[in-house]
Amino acid sequence: MTAPILSIRALSAVSELGNAQPILRNVSLDLAPGETLGLVGESGAGKSTIAKALLGVLPRTVRITQGEILFEGRDLRALPRRETRAIFGDAIALIPQDPMTALNPGRRIEAQLTDGLRLRRGMKAREAHKRALELLAEVHIRDPERVLRAYPHQLSGGMRQRVLIAAAFALEPKVIIADEPTTALDVTVQKQILRLIRIMQEAHGTAVIFVTHDLGVVAQICDRVMLLFAGAIIESGPTADILSAPRHAYTRALIAAGPRYDRPDAGLTPVPEALVAELRLQVAGAGR
Amino acid sequence: MVQDLFVASDIEVAYGGKRRLNGERVGGVKVLHGVDLRIGRGETVGIVGESGSGKTTLGRALLRLIDIDAGNIVFDGQDISRLPEQHMRPLRRRMQMIFQDPMTSLNPRHTVRRILVEPLLFHSVARDSADAERRVREFFDRVGLPLSCLDRTPHELSGGQRQRVGIARAALLEPDFVLADEIVSGLDVSTQAQALNLLKTLTRDLGLAMAFISHDLSVIRAVCDRVYVMKSGLVVEEGRCEDVFAAPKSRYTRLLIDAIPLPEIDPGWLDRDVAPEGN
Repeated sequence: MTAPILSIRALSAVSELGNAQPILRNVSLDLAPGETLGLVGESGAGKSTIAKALLGVLPRTVRITQGEILFEGRDLRALPRRETRAIFGDAIALIPQDPMTALNPGRRIEAQLTDGLRLRRGMKAREAHKRALELLAEVHIRDPERVLRAYPHQLSGGMRQRVLIAAAFALEPKVIIADEPTTALDVTVQKQILRLIRIMQEAHGTAVIFVTHDLGVVAQICDRVMLLFAGAIIESGPTADILSAPRHAYTRALIAAGPRYDRPDAGLTPVPEALVAELRLQVAGAGR
Repeated sequence: MVQDLFVASDIEVAYGGKRRLNGERVGGVKVLHGVDLRIGRGETVGIVGESGSGKTTLGRALLRLIDIDAGNIVFDGQDISRLPEQHMRPLRRRMQMIFQDPMTSLNPRHTVRRILVEPLLFHSVARDSADAERRVREFFDRVGLPLSCLDRTPHELSGGQRQRVGIARAALLEPDFVLADEIVSGLDVSTQAQALNLLKTLTRDLGLAMAFISHDLSVIRAVCDRVYVMKSGLVVEEGRCEDVFAAPKSRYTRLLIDAIPLPEIDPGWLDRDVAPEGN
């Protein structure tokens, strides 16, 4: 394996609200350049916390207690702010979950798409405009001039998500965090967006961390996958192995819980409560 | 052949525009263009479509929560298409609704007890509050809620528990029909499985008919007997689930099914074609 572009080493975090509840427990991962890693889990599993830590936007109520986040070998937690500025939101970019709320409703697309180009790359308005047109063409927006002049509400959900993908790739990031980027979309649009992310990623050689709860999406887009439960990694490996021969009972249970249109008699088996209780004890013990 | 409970014919609904004195609409946007739908007693019927297909509008029109511009709705042999609200009221108990987001549909300041007991008294299903309390407690076991939830307010419950309170609230009124509109879309798969299993058991045991609205074909396949596929305010396909999923007749249905990613490796899936955005 080539040297990872991004690594997390034994990262633990607690919530500062109330009883210092652990929300990440000894999480480690490696991301190779250009690969797609899926982070999967139910709500509260810690997948969004990892995403926020990688983007430097953890809320004040979350405190990292140990561990390192290494980007190109440098520990982001130890770097001064003026150096992380070139990384968070720049070398590591985000495709957000909800295209309805991620864009400012009061600013035109052009202003929002060129913010990064002007502020971080020092482009002049005309140059940024030209680059924005290229970006929109790259995400298959047919009428880029019109879209640049538009306000977010004038675009469909799928169009807005394309704009956000263009914005994520605008600064040529090395890593993209895709945080449930298709959850709010219709299935046919979801497929187009997944395909677009794959095409953009291959063209730019970008590594992607794909946060999702949908094992179907994982199967179609992720090279490797990590399963999280209550802030701990339960199982990880190549997607094909995990889905076809899951080793952990929780992984098997999650796969069995989802309904499948092609197997109406399978699916809909809730994760057994005894298994959840046992796992809680296990991860609590390991986290100390 | 099951006996019909709901028969809707040629339903048209438009939003916006102005109304003339005779009730005729001028201008506005038509969102249902003549929809036929039949739901038998005790039958679970799925209504599936993408956003803007008119599935929610159709559900609301069935319950007469919005007025229809044309067509007929017959409920249990009675034409309710243009029934004034005071005549609708006695029927309201018999057609219930389970909402998408129990967090916003349950009164945050009421205890679960009050949320469940009040409608029983209002609709005179229970004789008195002691009877209502007894019915609620009995039902709790059935929906898998601990009795300790009775004195809590909705925000003190988990998402799955809240959804079960919503289901219990509707089912306790002994309706003939429930409308469930996207009720599992925000839930984790395990919680979703629990809610769907509960709905399946309840509709079977109580002989309840249900219209199950969802954008998720896998969920529809898991709970429904028949399905209506909607697109742009029209039904493009209707049939028994096993037939529709095994051999969809409409190109659009096939497109919807093919767009669902399955949790198994399928190297060609991402590159297989989907229709362009828009139409």
